[in-house]
Amino acid sequence: MNEIINVESFSENVVKLVVKAPRIARSRKPGHFIILRIDEKGERIPLTIAAADEKAGTITLVAQKVGVTSKRLCEMKPGDSILDLVGPLGKATHIEKVGTVLACGGGVGVAPLLPIVEGFKKAGNRVVTILAARSKDLIILEDEIRKWSDEVIVMTDDGSHGRKGLVTAGAEEVIKREKVDECVAIGPAVMMKFTSLLTQKYNIPTQASLNAIMVDGTGMCGACRVSVGGQTKFTCVDGPEFDAEKIDFDELILRLGGYKAEEKEAFERFMQTVTI
Amino acid sequence: MQENLKEEREQAWRVELRGKIKNKDRGLIERVKMPEMNAMKRVCYQDREVNLGLDVQSAVREAQRCMDCVNPTCMEGCPVSINIPKFIKNIERGEFLEAAKTLKETSALPAVCGRVCPQEKQCEANCFYTLKLKKTPVAIGYLERFAADYERESGQASIPETAPKNGIKVAAIGSGPASLAFAGDMIKLGYDVTVFEALHEIGGVLKYGIPEFRLPNKIVDVELDNLEKMGVRFERNFIVGRTASFDDLKAEGYQAFFVASGAGLPRFMNIPGENYNGILSSNEYLTRVNLMNAADDSFDTPVLKGKNVAVVGGGNTAMDSVRTAKRLGADRAMIIYRRSREEMPARVEEIHHAEEEGIEFINLTNPIEYFSDENGRVKSMKVQRMELAEADASGRRRPVVIEGSEYEIPVDVVVVAIGVSPNPLVPSELPQLKVSRWGTIDVDSETMQSSMPELFAGGDIVRGGATVILAMGDGRRAAAGMHQYLSEQNAALANAGQANTSQAKN
Ligand SMILES: Cc1cc2nc3c(=O)[nH]c(=O)nc-3n(C[C@H](O)[C@H](O)[C@H](O)COP(=O)(O)OP(=O)(O)OC[C@H]3O[C@@H](n4cnc5c(N)ncnc54)[C@H](O)[C@@H]3O)c2cc1C
Ligand code: SF4
Ligand code: FES
Repeated sequence: MNEIINVESFSENVVKLVVKAPRIARSRKPGHFIILRIDEKGERIPLTIAAADEKAGTITLVAQKVGVTSKRLCEMKPGDSILDLVGPLGKATHIEKVGTVLACGGGVGVAPLLPIVEGFKKAGNRVVTILAARSKDLIILEDEIRKWSDEVIVMTDDGSHGRKGLVTAGAEEVIKREKVDECVAIGPAVMMKFTSLLTQKYNIPTQASLNAIMVDGTGMCGACRVSVGGQTKFTCVDGPEFDAEKIDFDELILRLGGYKAEEKEAFERFMQTVTI
Repeated sequence: MQENLKEEREQAWRVELRGKIKNKDRGLIERVKMPEMNAMKRVCYQDREVNLGLDVQSAVREAQRCMDCVNPTCMEGCPVSINIPKFIKNIERGEFLEAAKTLKETSALPAVCGRVCPQEKQCEANCFYTLKLKKTPVAIGYLERFAADYERESGQASIPETAPKNGIKVAAIGSGPASLAFAGDMIKLGYDVTVFEALHEIGGVLKYGIPEFRLPNKIVDVELDNLEKMGVRFERNFIVGRTASFDDLKAEGYQAFFVASGAGLPRFMNIPGENYNGILSSNEYLTRVNLMNAADDSFDTPVLKGKNVAVVGGGNTAMDSVRTAKRLGADRAMIIYRRSREEMPARVEEIHHAEEEGIEFINLTNPIEYFSDENGRVKSMKVQRMELAEADASGRRRPVVIEGSEYEIPVDVVVVAIGVSPNPLVPSELPQLKVSRWGTIDVDSETMQSSMPELFAGGDIVRGGATVILAMGDGRRAAAGMHQYLSEQNAALANAGQANTSQAKN
């Protein structure tokens, strides 16, 4: 079940996994994600579906080492299996022909952005994509993104690849230069917050895809709740994408740190078991 | 049915048993006490059962209390009409396996019901002792548990017979008690049954909600094994409507569906500060601990262990959460409930057990706001006191705010357990399906058939948050309803179908 077909390291901390999951490969749409549990003792974590091959019956996931599970995931090899994999979860991205779409991806946020960029391109839009990360080796999926974008601007914090600066610098340049009809932002919560503040200034409707903490992914636990337009929404069933203007990003940022102490503890326990 | 009961009651062994002890003497026997683990000891274990079960002697003695009434009113209190006098009299004469068999005629999970049914509101509320003698009722729930446990531990649990396969594929969606009861009946009738479950474990609330100290998972697993042995297939990690659509499943040959997706959507109070860290739903809290083993350090799942834990609500979920908090090491584990103690919907036994374990009950009190530290972690809650006003039209005394009674309670974990709404996933995938204003699926109460003829539904998705035994009753009714529907649909099957029905009744 859920055999890992291929593993590719993007950098020390980011890995791409191709996993056998024929049913999900068939039914997934841009915006969808899965929840996995590596083994009996693993936790349940959500990951977005970066790509799928219906014929081969595989889906592509991108994981970044942050906690115990993602670290272990990064160490898996072709032939290994993931115990539980459920999906596709979430609402699919609303994709239609709007004109020009500005897609902003930060860090591993580029993985979920990829199928959305592809979707918008196929729907006949002009797509300009900004890829942003701290440095060169953290920029992922650049070739794949280029395939579905009319233009790609790369921004790095240290200038080691593309231009030096934040995602917002690249985005503002595009907005000033041409008419943008819609913006999609996926990446760290802070990056989405500032992208959203920028696009609001120019009245550009913006979707952000939220990476809330999840357990079940079916609307049962409420762990993934976020405030959108003053209302409580569940990211897993009402999202993951919401109108960025209405999202309470500050609350999201606080909530993402909700299990930090507990996670750190689990991680340390894990590291102990590894070194022994 | 009535006739049947009378006939059984007149069987020689029953008549003889009745003659052995005078009713007057039966009435003098004291109700058994359930042996339980010492409260101070049990709060150290998340996974050890509080109730230890009756031994043979006390079970037989308790069974002697039952007067084998001509008109067994207790049965009217049981949602699945277990033949209560018959199983109890079998215990009295020492035929424990026979007693278990009697239970299984109507209840698919007697070991579960014997542990979690609110007996005091159901069968035991309608016992002759309660109604006429004003004495403590026969401990029907304890005896049910005894018979089921005895059978399981004897290693002689019978696998019910199944009719020859009829080749018709049906699907159950969700794997809680409603689906398990449904699957058991349908497999007996010869159908090809698959149960789809979104989570990685089968059992619904029985596994992810109700804690091990009340209902050990291995008890549920035995029942699942039995179903599997009878041929029921389980597909885990499969969300019907997402992983595959209803149309996909139809294309794969499924002819009818039983939706038992539960009431999984947690409610919040929508008061300021409720999204601070450390405030979570009872579902999240219990799922992390029960399904994901968060209390066990060798598992990766984190859980918030607070020193001052407040649980908001007065139902079974609230009681389970607060007792879990105590077991995770809370110094203060509190129930905050806006009505009085008498009005708490939780099982009386659980309230009593919670009390023994040192849970603080702060009744007639309602939270109105939360405050956090600089990291966004909850540090206190503002509550206000309530008093009970005159009974309203519904007969329930309404809690009203006492003005100026606000005060703050320091807390570092808050669990919100104020109820759940029906899981919206299935209805949202089926726009043609008729649902009520509350999001529950509308069904015919006899057949459990929905507005879509091939789709039946039951359990919490139909009733809102209800009980295990009601969910199971629905599952059984839906099985009967679906069997009739499919027999009619498929004329060729009608004859074989009738043969099956009469077999199942025997
Ligand atoms: C903590 C707690 C304590 C309780 N204590 C008691 C008690 O003491 N006594 C009592 O009688 N009752 C109790 N209850 C209530 C009782 O558990 C429920 O009434 C009962 O479980 C409802 O059964 P069900 O079969 O309708 O659904 P559930 O048990 O809710 O199961 C539904 C299942 O469906 C799955 N699902 C949902 N959608 C899909 C989909 N699209 N595809 C696949 N799977 C899906 C869910 O993951 C879930 O596992 C308690 C409930 C809770 C939460
Ligand atoms: S199933 Fe529940 S209501 Fe029925 S007899 Fe057993 S304990 Fe009582
Ligand atoms: S992850 Fe549990 S409700 Fe969204």
